[in-house]
Amino acid sequence: MKIIVLIKQVPDTTDVKIAPETNTLIRDGVESIINPFDMYAIEEALRVRETLGEGEVIVVSMGPPQAEEALREAISMGCDSAILLSDRKFAGSDTWATSYTLSQAIKKVGDHRVIFCGKQASDGDTAQVGPGISMHLDIPQVTYVKKIEKIDGKSATVERMTEEGYDIVETPLPAIFTVVKEINEPRLPSLKGKMKAKKAEIPVWTAEELTCDENKIGLDGSPTRVVKIFTPPPREGGQLLKGEPAETAGELAGILKGLIIG
Amino acid sequence: MAEKEAIRVIDEKCTGCTLCVKFCPFGAISMSGKKAVIDLAKCTLCGACVESCKFDAIVIREKEEKPAKAALSSYKDVWVFCEQKKSGVQSVAFELLSKGRELADKLGVDLCCVLLGDSMEEACGDLIARGADKVYLVDSPKLKAYQDDPYTRVLTKLIAKHKPEIVLCGATTIGRSLISRVAVALETGLTADCTGLDIDPEEKILLQTRPAFGGNIMATIISPDHRPQMATVRHKVMKEAVPDPGRKGRVIKEEFPEDVYMSRSKLIDIVEELEETVNLAEADIIVSGGRGVGSKENFGIIRELALSLNAAVGASRSAVDADWIPYSHQVGQTGKTVCPKVYIACGISGQIQHLIGMKSSDVIVAINKDPEAPIFSVATYGIIDDLFKVLPILTEKFNQTLS
Ligand SMILES: Cc1cc2nc3c(=O)[nH]c(=O)nc-3n(C[C@H](O)[C@H](O)[C@H](O)COP(=O)(O)OP(=O)(O)OC[C@H]3O[C@@H](n4cnc5c(N)ncnc54)[C@H](O)[C@@H]3O)c2cc1C
Ligand SMILES: Nc1ncnc2c1ncn2[C@@H]1O[C@H](COP(=O)(O)O)[C@@H](O)[C@H]1O
Repeated sequence: MKIIVLIKQVPDTTDVKIAPETNTLIRDGVESIINPFDMYAIEEALRVRETLGEGEVIVVSMGPPQAEEALREAISMGCDSAILLSDRKFAGSDTWATSYTLSQAIKKVGDHRVIFCGKQASDGDTAQVGPGISMHLDIPQVTYVKKIEKIDGKSATVERMTEEGYDIVETPLPAIFTVVKEINEPRLPSLKGKMKAKKAEIPVWTAEELTCDENKIGLDGSPTRVVKIFTPPPREGGQLLKGEPAETAGELAGILKGLIIG
Repeated sequence: MAEKEAIRVIDEKCTGCTLCVKFCPFGAISMSGKKAVIDLAKCTLCGACVESCKFDAIVIREKEEKPAKAALSSYKDVWVFCEQKKSGVQSVAFELLSKGRELADKLGVDLCCVLLGDSMEEACGDLIARGADKVYLVDSPKLKAYQDDPYTRVLTKLIAKHKPEIVLCGATTIGRSLISRVAVALETGLTADCTGLDIDPEEKILLQTRPAFGGNIMATIISPDHRPQMATVRHKVMKEAVPDPGRKGRVIKEEFPEDVYMSRSKLIDIVEELEETVNLAEADIIVSGGRGVGSKENFGIIRELALSLNAAVGASRSAVDADWIPYSHQVGQTGKTVCPKVYIACGISGQIQHLIGMKSSDVIVAINKDPEAPIFSVATYGIIDDLFKVLPILTEKFNQTLS
């Protein structure tokens, strides 16, 4: 029985800045990290393996060759093995093509019982890949999972975060879950894990190995196209209110009242 | 082989001017032997280089199979998926109606609502008053509360039957879970979390603008060869449509065989747990507290100000991590993205992960005793002072005049 975690390598957004002269992202020295939400996905997969007392945790990422680093980090946390999906033909994939390609990989792995994704990736913030996979694989999904109340080999009862609180949902397995931060506290890599990660062989699967329909991957498989990239207009220069608390609070109250009532 | 690449440099045309290197927002282009070389691992095919090149030396490959224009033009109308909870249409739907009306008018087509629920007929009148020409209503006890399977099937079938050219939906937890599945089922394009929508005046296609990289850059996205063009839209960015009781429209009831309403997963319970009565995502005003608040007890001062303004309470991650307030109140990259009219940040330094979640608010107020705090760089109004001195006075002033 396989527990699959899907992770994406993303630039550490704290460091992404725009150079004002050229209007481009400054990428120098930007580190790549595992998408923060995917850390919770990894942790939850490990916990499910512990709860069930069986199963193999396999982490999968689609990306450039350097995404291998992210996979090794996941192994150091305790995942059993990793697979990298990398091929020039995947270039230009939008969420449709990404979820198709990942689904092909999951099918090839086989015997998947639970699939974990992060809630969303921090570079694109789309939250579309997980639900897309549930459709391609025709399995139930629960998004925004904040707790797994009960899980056995056949079904799971989970809490899905909503704007007002949460829903309790019971689903048969196999199923795909996208997880939020509240679900757990990711563990740190162990020394043993780090050794294992160093030595691990990470196979690279290409479009051909995934028997992908070439019209469904990369540019051809992506219905959407980016036509323009620009910097959002900067916020207007702010105004500092000066004086004693009584004065500043009074002035602010006046401004806010105008805004709220008017 | 080279022709099969998604993007390529035509070496014969490239003069080695390096202009494209400067224009690439993703640092994907470098020079090798006086010719530009594109690193496909970094390239997002945004086309900035194609535009920048004066010699037409960079081309993005056209897709191989293009659908006939006629096939695309059989799709008409703008649709809005109207989310309901406990039989109440959510306000994000009203925002989509005002934007949808504008888009439909530009295209000269009808604006239609899709409403799924149990005994929802009464809500249809309001949707028509707010701009809908038609409301497709699917009424069944099985659709009372949102569930992935039946909602996906019903919406997919309705779209396949009526062929709208545009489908809009709120970028809420329900919206995002549902629409991503429908887009895959229909093999069409979907753009998440848009903050701007318009119609290209020549091509008559939907221009979808959204933030990426936590709002550091904006991207405009199209779905040129697929219909419908689908987008989820961020809550609170567009204005709500105002009802005009005189407007006329039609309600069209749709029914499906029982198996369409089947769900593999089972919704066991719906739990509401927000401490405060005001929903963060819905709130027009948010008062947020950070580590500067100091303790769980002190958070009372934030709550009191919020109460006086009828505002929701937010928090930074530091305050949540310290257990002063539940995670459901966290604003930021790993919390909620909010866009109220007024956001008041108290004792929050304004690290990028927090700013990501609130910087598109209309007005930002920062109260912090550190003049160097980054929050001031995004604040419309700033007060450099102790929050324990400023907040009580503020609260008192609002209690006096707003009551
Ligand atoms: C992957 C990742 C994801 C993250 N996601 C989020 C997220 O979603 N949301 C989020 O908020 N953070 C997030 N963070 C954390 C973020 O980087 C900051 O650590 C956090 O926002 C800081 O919270 P703070 O401003 O409350 O605390 P601090 O940075 O400690 O700031 C406290 C501020 O209070 C001021 N202050 C102190 N006392 C007073 C007083 N009496 N009166 C007035 N001002 C006072 C201080 O001058 C200071 O500026 C994330 C971090 C990472 C690495
Ligand atoms: N290229 C990728 N490789 C592996 N997993 C991915 C990839 N892109 C997205 N995912 C997964 O899908 C989730 C949602 O991503 P997104 O829809 O891009 O916001 C992420 O948290 C990952 O779990």
